[in-house]
Amino acid sequence: MKADPQNVLVGAHYLDGNHACGEGGIAAGCKFFAGYPITPSTEIAERVSRRFPLIGGVFVQMEDELASMNAILGASWGGKKSMTCTSGPGFSLMMENFGLGLMLETPCVLVNVQRGGPSTGLPTLPGQADMMQARWGSHGDYEVIALAPDSPQESFELTIHAFNLSEKYRMPVLIMTDECVGHMTEKVVIPPPEEIELVERKYSDVPPGEAWPYMEFDGEVSPMLPVGEGHKFHITGLTHDIRGYPVINSEAQHLNTRHLIDKVKKHADDIIWLEEKDIDGADVVVMAYGISSRVMQPAIAKAKKEGIKVGQIKMVTVWPFPEKRVKELAEKVKAMIMVEMNWGQVYLEMERCIAGKCEAHLIGHGGGTVHNPEDIYNTIKEAVK
Amino acid sequence: MAVTEIRITGFGGQGVILSGYIIGKAASIFNEQHATLTQSFGPEARGSACSAQVIVSDDRVLYPYVTKADILVAMSKDGYMTHKNNLAKDGIVVYEKDLVPVEEHGAGVKNYGIPATRFAEELGRKIVLNIVMVGFLGAVSGLLPEKALRKAVETSVPSGTEELNLQAFDKGYQYGKQLVETAEVTA
Amino acid sequence: MSKKVALNKAPVEEKQHPMEKILRMDRIPHIWCSTCGIGTTVTALAMALDQLGLDLNKVAILSGIGCTGRVAGYLKLDSFHTTHGRSIPFAFGLHIARPDMKVIVFSGDGDLISIGGNHFIHTARRNADMTVICVNNFIYAMTGGQVAPTTPTTARSATSPYGCYEHPFNLPLLAASSGAVYVARWTALHIRRLANSIKEAIAKPGFSFVEVVAPCSTLYARLNKLGTGLDLMKFYHDNSVIKHGADPKEIDIDYQSQIIVGKFVDIDKPPYIECFNAGNKRVFGDKFKPYGGGNGSN
Repeated sequence: MKADPQNVLVGAHYLDGNHACGEGGIAAGCKFFAGYPITPSTEIAERVSRRFPLIGGVFVQMEDELASMNAILGASWGGKKSMTCTSGPGFSLMMENFGLGLMLETPCVLVNVQRGGPSTGLPTLPGQADMMQARWGSHGDYEVIALAPDSPQESFELTIHAFNLSEKYRMPVLIMTDECVGHMTEKVVIPPPEEIELVERKYSDVPPGEAWPYMEFDGEVSPMLPVGEGHKFHITGLTHDIRGYPVINSEAQHLNTRHLIDKVKKHADDIIWLEEKDIDGADVVVMAYGISSRVMQPAIAKAKKEGIKVGQIKMVTVWPFPEKRVKELAEKVKAMIMVEMNWGQVYLEMERCIAGKCEAHLIGHGGGTVHNPEDIYNTIKEAVK
Repeated sequence: MAVTEIRITGFGGQGVILSGYIIGKAASIFNEQHATLTQSFGPEARGSACSAQVIVSDDRVLYPYVTKADILVAMSKDGYMTHKNNLAKDGIVVYEKDLVPVEEHGAGVKNYGIPATRFAEELGRKIVLNIVMVGFLGAVSGLLPEKALRKAVETSVPSGTEELNLQAFDKGYQYGKQLVETAEVTA
Repeated sequence: MSKKVALNKAPVEEKQHPMEKILRMDRIPHIWCSTCGIGTTVTALAMALDQLGLDLNKVAILSGIGCTGRVAGYLKLDSFHTTHGRSIPFAFGLHIARPDMKVIVFSGDGDLISIGGNHFIHTARRNADMTVICVNNFIYAMTGGQVAPTTPTTARSATSPYGCYEHPFNLPLLAASSGAVYVARWTALHIRRLANSIKEAIAKPGFSFVEVVAPCSTLYARLNKLGTGLDLMKFYHDNSVIKHGADPKEIDIDYQSQIIVGKFVDIDKPPYIECFNAGNKRVFGDKFKPYGGGNGSN
């Protein structure tokens, strides 16, 4: 399916990452946005609230982030592509019902424009310290999909991609951007609608009375049941069977949670998106995501100029973590380096996958500004010694 | 690979961010370059220290913040004092003459002053002082073609105010051009 | 053997339960204790839906967590069992996406008014077109009888073992002052009147609220030595006073005192979507196409 021309603001714009993210959602066909103001994410809500009235969308400013997350789930079941945005403290509040979205298998998009934390932290300055919260922040066992844009252009593109993944895998998808990208203004080229490919929601064609909200708990995606069409289906946040009925025992729990996990794990190769450069023959590989993957570039260029064989992986998707690839590379290189604006979160996954096969380095940072490329350069030099 | 790092500083309400936006837009939309604008602001909307950073480059901007400003645009004394020591060796300071007492910065650094607020007031709206500064900056730095900057002004200001803003831009640009020409003659 | 088979095949008159049309029979028996008031409240809803003659395909029911939170699971409607306190914002999103559907939230006092209190007041303020039915049994029953924001002062609970000393919420007052356009209170004894109120509430455009004071024999009655559920029903019989139009400020529920029931608020005010359309029409004129929802892309 192609994007609806009325939703696409074709052309070259000078936009910040947050506005671009809002435009991405609109281009993807989002028609319901529920949000609560929080710096540094609010421009997304502002953009959408301005643009929605004339294209048939509804923006609602909710009473809090708990309500925002729930409202987008309700609207998604009502047939609307839905999204919300927030930052650290609001992300904490959304975690409860992000879990409900995963459990009910509800497509929607949640954008976290990360700032420094914990607690109120640094409202106007960047951080990347919610990455583990994105992975494990709601209680229970599950897998998530999280994308990290490094520019306004990618904020636009990855928001569309997030909607597509959410429909394809019938689950909430996270965009883990940050204040730097959100408030950074650059050229954003919005292509014509015929060049924007959208994943359409799959509805069940089983007639009412015979259809259940889930087909098999085998890690495959079931088509959704539409509301108001006589299916009279039931869904619950309780552990359930494929009928959507609660079943409170260990076998049901096993089936239900394995399904939620396998839905992502079985399709990890399709979901994982890495941009690799100069990996062949590299002695050291630098990994990063979002703004950090951009800031590492001058450091890598400088190291290369000095003859250091350094490869790089920009993780467009952070979750699911590229386990297979890191395990493979750990056998081949001398060291792997994670650059992130926290004191070691995604690094833990990298270190786990390396499992002592090569050196693992973290270039951490408390946030508030991005890394100094010089620090990255120094670590690269250190790593090849 | 030409990279120009610009810091614009002033207080909230002077249009600091918009002037950064116009420079960035002129470069990236109307001059086929890359330009990254970032901003920082205090918690208050009006009156607090405010700063915008624009990196203009022929290639993709990788590090988004100013390390050493090639151009410092100072619209307030506070902003100038905060950032005056972070200038490139051959940098230029573009300042509001009536508001900012500038110092000598050593051999390579040039100072260019303009009574932008006064000019804006003469045009009828004090609020366009930032556009006067943009015009002035364009002329004294030669960073971007006048046409690209004018186009960026025209497409970035609130509709209905284009004419006034273009007048403000021209005022600053002409003043800057004269200043540079005079300097060249006397040099 | 053959005789037995023949016996089994003998024609038996198939009798349908009168509520089979609306109940998920494959989920019955339910989990509620005997003499619990939730069942009769569900009956009242079923009666109301039947009398309204609505297309049940276009009715959605949502619950939160708790004993009453299980209601959604037993009704043969598009039904959503959400998280604790969050059924109202979930319902709000669903309502915005499908304004052609009737959206009913059916949950308990702790769920709707304590953990979900903020959603309750704000959705009433917006006057979103939905009906909220709150079964008030004065206690957190599913977790074992803890004190609630509705527990009358001096009543005992598992976490107010020496008697509750806080002031409880007056739910009709909260609803009315937050903006609800229809507010009523009944007890689980007043089945017909309750059904009638639910009917009016569903038919009413905007945010409508019906409180149902209901017995919890297993916890509230036991912890307060009030006898059985039946004794509580007798208490309601002897102590409820019907006062339609009573000022919601005057209808607090004190411990084992008079319970004023009736319809307290029935006013007209434009619901959320109407306001949304009017607000945008005012600004955009004919360029704005009134929002009507609908499945898929608008």
